[in-house]
Amino acid sequence: MSDIDLTCREMVELVTDYLEDALPTPDRVRFEEHLAGCEGCGHHLEQMRTTIRVTGTLDEDAFPAGQLDGLIQAFRGWRG
Amino acid sequence: MTTGTTLASAEDLALVERLKAGDETAFAMLVRQHQAQMLRVARMYVSSQAVAEDVVADAWLGILQGLDRFEGRSSLRTWMYRILTNIAKTRGQREGRSVPFSSLAGDDLDAAVDESWFQGSGDRWPGGWASLPDDWRGIPDDRLLSAEVRALIGAAIADLPPMQAEVLRLRDVRGWSSAEVRNALDISETNQRVLLHRARSKVRRALEHYLEKDRP
Repeated sequence: MSDIDLTCREMVELVTDYLEDALPTPDRVRFEEHLAGCEGCGHHLEQMRTTIRVTGTLDEDAFPAGQLDGLIQAFRGWRG
Repeated sequence: MTTGTTLASAEDLALVERLKAGDETAFAMLVRQHQAQMLRVARMYVSSQAVAEDVVADAWLGILQGLDRFEGRSSLRTWMYRILTNIAKTRGQREGRSVPFSSLAGDDLDAAVDESWFQGSGDRWPGGWASLPDDWRGIPDDRLLSAEVRALIGAAIADLPPMQAEVLRLRDVRGWSSAEVRNALDISETNQRVLLHRARSKVRRALEHYLEKDRP
């Protein structure tokens, strides 16, 4: 990455690296400097955070209890 | 930067002891929690759902047989999925089904960015927003967390290339750490992040499309 300011397009591509705390310090500083002066990128970052939060409310898929029998049998066999 | 692994928790170690003691309730709970997710992970590497079921059954056996060797240097679930991934990959190879990583991961054609969002080289601010993204902070939770929105996100995840979908499910639905997902799926830290980025970007776009479709 060069020394010049990040564009909004570059900001969008870096947003996950930023949220994952995976940007090297100079890049994180540039990211935050851009963010401080750019309403659009602020909104985009918030949209990503909202997306993550809403995704986090989805249910983990649980396996139906009725289909466990075979595995429980195997578990008994393993113990036996 | 986080590169370390997640160690087994006290609950993990207690659960391992219960399993070793033959506690069926503990085993049933673990299977209920993971079976559906494990089937999807296995299915990425093998030719059919039936073979995936076979692989997962083998993985449970491998997990039980390996419990004595579990040393708690990773979380229990990471260790379990690593066993699963290894068995699934081996089985896929034996089936003569070598799945290129790119077909699981999705290729660069489905990039996270839509060029139309940004000004072009002839515009005043090349690479700047063509029109500003909406501010979602004012959207009430009862709209964001409605059954309709959750169904829409579920559908958007189901449409993702398989590896993107599983990374997103493990990270954002199940709340695993990046180190756990990387170890469980046997992918590099960078790949994990790229997959997560593409997946989240597409889910964001699906949500944007929905939220802004009846914008004034």
